Amino acid sequence: MTAHGALATERSADGMSSRLSVLRSQGFLVLRPCNSNGEEPLTNGRRNVARVALAAGTAGPLGGDDFTLEMHVGAGSTLVLTEISAMLVLPGSRRGRSTMRITVRVDEDATFVWMPKPIIAARGCDHEHDVRISLERNARMVMREETILGRHREEPGNFRTTLRITHEGRPLYHQQLRFGPAAEGSRSAAVLGNNRAVGSVIAVDPAWTDDTPTAAAFHPDAVMTPLPGPGMLISAVAHDSLQLRQLLDRGLDALGAPWRPEAARSSRDAATQSQFKSAG
Amino acid sequence: MTKANAQAALLLLADGRFPAGGYAHSGGLEPAVQAGRVSNAAELEQFLVGRAESSGFVAAVFAAAACLFATREDFAALSDLEPEFDARIPSSELRAVSRMLGRQLLRAMSTIYPHPYFSVFGLAPHQPVVMGVAAAAFGLDARDAALAILHETVAGPAAAAAKVMSIDPFDVHAALVRVSERLDRLASAAAEHADDPVCDFPSLGSPLMDIAAEHHKRCDTRLFAS
Repeated sequence: MTAHGALATERSADGMSSRLSVLRSQGFLVLRPCNSNGEEPLTNGRRNVARVALAAGTAGPLGGDDFTLEMHVGAGSTLVLTEISAMLVLPGSRRGRSTMRITVRVDEDATFVWMPKPIIAARGCDHEHDVRISLERNARMVMREETILGRHREEPGNFRTTLRITHEGRPLYHQQLRFGPAAEGSRSAAVLGNNRAVGSVIAVDPAWTDDTPTAAAFHPDAVMTPLPGPGMLISAVAHDSLQLRQLLDRGLDALGAPWRPEAARSSRDAATQSQFKSAG
Repeated sequence: MTKANAQAALLLLADGRFPAGGYAHSGGLEPAVQAGRVSNAAELEQFLVGRAESSGFVAAVFAAAACLFATREDFAALSDLEPEFDARIPSSELRAVSRMLGRQLLRAMSTIYPHPYFSVFGLAPHQPVVMGVAAAAFGLDARDAALAILHETVAGPAAAAAKVMSIDPFDVHAALVRVSERLDRLASAAAEHADDPVCDFPSLGSPLMDIAAEHHKRCDTRLFAS
């Protein structure tokens, strides 16, 4: 099955908020406007941003599926993209490779927040995941990616993922990861070892053009390191998805406000408390 | 430009005794041993395979391309390699190591075998790029350059193995022999990529190498610089 989704945001005429100008769902790719659940870096539960959740309209991706999702965050607008559930990549009945290609263009002064749920590579899958993000001048971004090697007590199929981020046309981050029976050496101590979960958070902020935060090794399995440009990478491996998320969240916490998800929680709690006070 | 049968020059370039400072580095093995991820011959061999198949292969493609571009005297294309290679090394520590090794190799080559190719570089270019240009200066081809850097990728950690873990040196070389056919295959594959658009070059990452490198630079009981 093929599916093509598209999503675009623009700044409202008064410049005070962001609105969705394109929202095209098809098949597997179901895009729905949504509200904040508060667990967000950078946008901090703000209401004047465009929020969309990606839901799976069908099972998969399954072998033979070919999905593309195009996103455009217009100048000065803010898009927050979340996901309803984890993505379980399965072999399907017809076998063959499944592909998912995602392109994101983030224009000048725009902000892109992408907090998807984990991708789980099930036994026998053959999947290629390809994400390309281009950031224009003064664009800000934070995204998380989490990949789980098989369901419980299951060895994963063949999985290959590519993430390329450019900033003002210059390459900022370009990494592929592959694992599964065809990826020799991927379970070695050089690549993934015996970990079953791998993930990262990438944050880009024009404020870091002259000076990025310093590197930090905050856990034996997780580090934070500046990219060659105004970006930071939090990278972690773990034995399961829960531990992976905890490590990535610790990295965001270490980056401090406005990146830490806790900031959103605490400011919302504070807002709730002040509401109660004024009501009382 | 390429000289036929320049194998002696290739042996010279790939030799760990080439005075470019490679002996001070364990290619990520020391931090992997310290983290308890490599503790025996089988794990060492897997480590060498993993390194060759990921960051080693990426370096090989860049070395092959640098050799090809230098041979063509296309110095603009050569300068495109630097930012693309930067983007493929997420760890700031490993970027610094690659540039330090590149600077040392450039300094050695500039004195040992002065060549106009070396004048195009800035102060600290990446090691695989310098290796590719050095190969071109010696009259070697793109596949030779890829093979030289792949050899360095596994021979460096192998030479360090006996110093950072308890292992029989014969077992280390037995592993190297088993990996050698893979290096030949990867070098050929790398040379085939050399003429692709640079933005499409392979970028296979090695998360544990990145994580270990950032820990290693903070470790005050280490034998090797990386």
